[in-house]
Parts: sequence; structure tokens; C-alpha cells
Amino acid sequence: MIPDRFKGLVFPAAALAALEIWARSVDLHSDSLAPPSAIAAAFGLAISDGAFLSATRDTLASAFAGLIIGGAIGLAFGIALGVFQVFDRLMEVTVEAVRPIPSIALLPIALIALGFGYRMEIAIIAFACVWPILILSRAAVQEVEPRLMEVARALRLSPADRVRKIIIPAALPRIFVAFRLAAGIALIVAVTVEIAINPIGLGAAIMAAQQGLQPDLMLAYLVWIGVIGYGLNAGLNLAQRHLFGRAALVGDPA
Amino acid sequence: MTSRGAIYWRIASFAVAAGFVGLWQLIADLRLVSPVFLPGPDRAWASLVRGFTSGDLGSKLLGTLEHMAYGWFLASIAGIALGALIGSSRSMRSYIAPSLEFLRPLPVSAIIPVAIALFGLTQGMALFVIAFGAIWPMLLATIHGFAAVEPRLYEVARSLHMSRLAVIFKIALPSAAPDILAGMRLSLTVALILSVVCEILAGLDGLGHSVLLSARAFRSADLFAGVILLGMIGYLTSLMMSFAEARILRYRRRS
Repeated sequence: MIPDRFKGLVFPAAALAALEIWARSVDLHSDSLAPPSAIAAAFGLAISDGAFLSATRDTLASAFAGLIIGGAIGLAFGIALGVFQVFDRLMEVTVEAVRPIPSIALLPIALIALGFGYRMEIAIIAFACVWPILILSRAAVQEVEPRLMEVARALRLSPADRVRKIIIPAALPRIFVAFRLAAGIALIVAVTVEIAINPIGLGAAIMAAQQGLQPDLMLAYLVWIGVIGYGLNAGLNLAQRHLFGRAALVGDPA
Repeated sequence: MTSRGAIYWRIASFAVAAGFVGLWQLIADLRLVSPVFLPGPDRAWASLVRGFTSGDLGSKLLGTLEHMAYGWFLASIAGIALGALIGSSRSMRSYIAPSLEFLRPLPVSAIIPVAIALFGLTQGMALFVIAFGAIWPMLLATIHGFAAVEPRLYEVARSLHMSRLAVIFKIALPSAAPDILAGMRLSLTVALILSVVCEILAGLDGLGHSVLLSARAFRSADLFAGVILLGMIGYLTSLMMSFAEARILRYRRRS
């Protein structure tokens, strides 16, 4: 019997072995596929010559800049909408009208307004990150324990103090969850924008490998992008458990 | 009284949104932002109407909807079937679920270059990419929904000697329906985004390609008309999904 821990490894290992054997048996020379051993070699080469590193830096820098800008806007509006019900009700139609615009549809607008490069990519990522953070932080603020708000009223805290001393600390675990989800979205949008049009970062690099008919390098980039996505997600999950423990599990939509 | 209050709030909320459109018009009229980048809502609207009456905006719209719908349907069928297959067996789950968990955070658009290498810049490539991207939410939701079925229901099925297919259709699928529908809603957004990206990359007939051409030619009114249309697709498809969800899950609220 295989211990449970290793069961998960059986399937990918078998798939890789099958692919390797198949590629060798038909003596594969393809523009679109490569045997796993060639992918591993390309992977090693790209790590050692710094190609992965510089592309990853570009992508992650844009993703985080967009996340911070979009997150700050989303958080400010989310808290404002959560605290002031009147504001929330008045903005309802506007939010409902703008939110469903797919972030990638803004790509041509950002392109003519900002040109190629970091700024255009960051603007699109920021737009994509505003909404999950706005919606989730609004819900987090609205669901702050009502007795805490009564305490705030009894202490006659000013609205600014109420937000700073009561609401943000109480809603922080769920706000972190919102940021974690938005970080995943930021990476997805960054890679998508780069693949579609923007000539920087991982997305552009994987497109260049495809157009250069280097399937081994292209698939190595695919694996690397997967590793980055997995690492980001795992790191944020770990941070969440470490910082907030079970508190963050309340209302976690993931 | 409260419902009338809600209507008043709704009207006020529409008024605020109209105010924003007015502000947009004002900014455009005063030329605070160059009209090359920002057309007024009047010009965007005129372009939208012109596109539908005398232009080919209607066929572009249909093109995008077609890409989105085919990919999404394919992903729905494959995702639910595969999810049912993996989710209904404990040993399948323990062998395959970890691989899926590893693949889940992969930015799905990274598969586009691979799809281009395999299929070229064709409709088939777009279909593959959209289906591949849209399958994940449904696949994982179905597996999760199947794993979370009340265990006593399975015991009942065993004592009734139900076949595996009957268990899937009569017990597991209805019980997992809320998870699956939530996954299908998420997939709709993914399908729309990937349709636009594929149209941009492969020059396929659709709104994605047409907004890019408008941007390249600095026809900002046409560009905004296309973006507004894409927003409307996003809004209306998610609205339709909500209605479908409410209808399909109606039996749950009664019990």
C-alpha cells in the first residue's frame, strides 16, 4: 500500500514518464511539444542564465504595484461603503455597472492612453484588483460585531478613530483574505496582459519562446509560471494561517 | 413601506450613476482629457448605435458570444463529468486531487502559447484555451461537492442497492448542485476574458479584435462602444446565471 502522502505524486510521475517514453519512442521533433527531459534541461539553463529571474521580476513588480494601487482604492471605497450605508445604497448602480467590465477589455484603452510598458499593465491590474477587495472589505466591515460598534458609540469615538481603532482591526482577517484572492488575480492579469500585447515579463517571454519554435523553453516557462502561481498562493495561505489562525477562516469564500 | 423605500433608494442610486455619466460628458466637453483618449458618452453612444445599424458590431458581438458559449459549454460538460468521475471515488480523489491543487493557481492564460503551438491561430485554439481555462472552477467545485455529500445518503444508496450511475444522478449531483452552479458562474467570467484575449491574439472575428483595431486607429468612440458592450455581456450573462441558479436551487429553499 502506498502511503497517502505519496499518492498525489503517482499521477504526475506516471504522466511524465509516459510522455518521456512516448517522445523517445517516436523520436519527437516537434514545434509544439518536447520530452520532459528536454524541458528540464531548458528549465535549468533558463534559471542559470537569469532569463527566468529578470522576466519574473518584471511580472511580479507589475502585479504587486497593481495590487497595492488597486487594493488601496478598493479598501478605501470598501470601508467607506461598509461604514456609511447611505453611500453604499447611492453607489449601488454605479458599482454594478462598472464591475462586470472584464479587465482585459480595458487593455486597448490603457494601450492608447499609456502606451506599452509597466504603467499600462499596472493600470489594468489595479482595475482588476479593486473589485474583489472592495466587495469583500465592504462585507467584512458590515459584518463587524455590532456590539463593538455600540462600544465605539458609547466611547464617542470620532468616525476616523472608529475606523482606525475598531473597524479595521476587527475586519482585518477578512481583508487579508481579500488581498490574498486579489494577489492571485493580479498575477493572472499580469501574465494575460503580457501574453496578449505587452512586451515585458513572463508572458512575453513564453510567447517569444513559442514564436522562436523552442517548445522545450516554452514548456519550461509554463512550468515556471505554474511554480510561481503555486508559490504565491501557498505563501499567502501560510501567512494567513500564521497571522490570523482560525479567525481568517470565517467567511473565506475560497 | 420597506419595498417602496428600496425603490426610492434604487432611483437615487440610478441618479448618482447618471451624475457620473454627466461628469464624464462634462470632462469630455471641456476637453480636460484629449478626445483622442476619452470620447464623451454621447459620441460613444452614437458609435454604438451606428455600429449596430450600419456597421458590423452585431456580428462582432455574436462572434464573441459564440466563442464564449462554445468554450463554456464544452468546459461545463467536461468539467462536471470529470469532476463526477474523480469526486465519486475516494481513491481517485487521493491520487488526482493533489495534482489539481497544484495546477489550480496556474494563470490559465499561460496555456495560450502552448495552444498556439499545437493548433495555430485558429478557432480550435480559441476553443481549447477557453474550455481549458473555464473548466477549473467547475471541475474543482464538482469534486468538492461530491466529496461533501452527506455520508448517510451514500449509506442509504448502498442499502437500496443503487448503481453507481444512479448514485451520481440521484444523490451526488443534486447535492453538489450549489457548488457546481457557483463554479459555472465563475467560469463565465473566465470564458469572456479568454475569448477577448484569443480574439486579440489570433485576430478572430469578435469584439476583442475590433476594440484592438479601434485602439490602433485611435477611433476612441468605437473603442469605448466595444468596451461598453463587453461590460454589458459580463453583466447580462452573470445576471442570467443568477436567475438560472435561483430557479434550479428553488427546491432547496422550500425544504
